[in-house]
Amino acid sequence: MSIDNLCKWLYDTTLAVTIRENDSLFPWIESAHVIAIALVLGSIVLVDLRLLGWSSIERPVKRVAEQTLPITWMMFVVAAISGVILFISNALAYANNFYFQAKLALLVLAGLNMLVFQYGIYRSVDKWGQLPQPPTAARVAGALSLTFWMTVVIFGRWIGFTLVPTIPT
Amino acid sequence: MRTKPLEDFCVWLEQTPLSESIQQTLWVVPAIQTIHILAVAAVLISALMINLRLLNLCNADQTTASIFDRFVKVIWWALPVLLLSGALLIVGEPARSLANDVFQLKMLLLIGVVCLTLVLHKRLGSDGLFWESSSVRQMTARALALVSMGCWLGIICAGRWIAYTYT
Repeated sequence: MSIDNLCKWLYDTTLAVTIRENDSLFPWIESAHVIAIALVLGSIVLVDLRLLGWSSIERPVKRVAEQTLPITWMMFVVAAISGVILFISNALAYANNFYFQAKLALLVLAGLNMLVFQYGIYRSVDKWGQLPQPPTAARVAGALSLTFWMTVVIFGRWIGFTLVPTIPT
Repeated sequence: MRTKPLEDFCVWLEQTPLSESIQQTLWVVPAIQTIHILAVAAVLISALMINLRLLNLCNADQTTASIFDRFVKVIWWALPVLLLSGALLIVGEPARSLANDVFQLKMLLLIGVVCLTLVLHKRLGSDGLFWESSSVRQMTARALALVSMGCWLGIICAGRWIAYTYT
């Protein structure tokens, strides 16, 4: 099954049709998506700034992470669900949009970065977490994370301005 | 709420050189909106951290005063960025926002929540434990935290809805 066929199938689902035909569903779901991504980005920035040794340096890394990352996860779930719903309402158009494709790729990169960090340098966090300046591996992970997530949000905005109406035939 | 003077102002604004150059350069509005959104993220996470602390749900190891001091600074820095980027967006498309009920609601909510934040913060200035020193104050602080968060979320929803409600 090609991507185009999958998109056409999604576009034709009852949920997608309902969102397209209802005047207020899309804006409300979009609003939820904006709130969620703002909080994903914001919460990740808090942790990344700590990893870079730029803020909250009097607080152990582990403490900052355990207080903040639950917000990140919860909001990511909201962003993902709302994002999927928005996507299916206009699946082909989004699938063919460069900024949407790039956004997905960046999300994958951000996820990989988090995994590498989690199973790499973070495993020894009890040894370095109190330090105001974490080890280089942690700082690099923080810098990459900041870059990836900010770009995700920026590209997300540009989708709306570059979307080409594409109705499946 | 659309009055004749407001409409006339919008028409006048639309014809200024600044407005026309914003309208004519394709990438300007998206770029300004992007800055606006990044500043929104800064404000929103800061407001959330403050309000979650008031609700005793997050960062309980930090004092309310220290959480406030740290995050309210971000809000005060981000608000001018929001006002400036917002002003440029208005100049670029005056009637889209100024004559739009949803935008006007957004501004009312904004004024309200800024005042609320000032009140919450001011009390902590002289007494770091002000909002914890009695159960009445604790309940008040929690209620205000919920109102505050509701306002910020309302502001963002209204912000998104502007695009769907202008005529």
